[in-house]
Amino acid sequence: MKRSNLTRKDLARIINEDLGFSQRSSSDLVDEVFSCLRDTLLEEEAIKLVQFGTFTVRQKLPRVGRNPRTGETMEIAKRSMVTFKASRKLRDKINT
Amino acid sequence: MNKSELIEAIAQETNLSHKDASSIVMTILDTMTETLAAGENIEIRGFGSFVIKEYESYQGRNPKTGEVIDVPPKRLPFFKVGKELKERVDSLK
Repeated sequence: MKRSNLTRKDLARIINEDLGFSQRSSSDLVDEVFSCLRDTLLEEEAIKLVQFGTFTVRQKLPRVGRNPRTGETMEIAKRSMVTFKASRKLRDKINT
Repeated sequence: MNKSELIEAIAQETNLSHKDASSIVMTILDTMTETLAAGENIEIRGFGSFVIKEYESYQGRNPKTGEVIDVPPKRLPFFKVGKELKERVDSLK
């Protein structure tokens, strides 16, 4: 059932094979790209990657929810989360 | 931040040329796109994972006209933010 997942390791291997950076550098470069994306989101700044998609940090307002097990009502605190919207192009590619 | 700003940031951090930084970013994004297009998932530790969900065809309705339409099977990509990043983003407030 488990299909193979693409990981940082695979990306590093492809950078090494396709672009000729050493294995060590390739691995550092992949980490650099994702830590840059992460730091940007931690600044609450959106990332718009044309042809891929957009990452946004969204504020979810506090709301009253219910513990589904006990039925007890409780306040769900204000929280922030990262959302991703795939670009039209990516969605089309996935469906062809 | 957009793609050119990302490329610029990578070039500065790594002391690589703009051209090299651009090839790296494009290779990563193209590989991720191809992976998802092949119906495979992506898991990047410390960042998050992308999963393809498959939907069977179903009968839907045009919400404007009420007309019944057949929605063909489709696949949609979902991003799930990694636990650590999720917690760090949430603690920003």
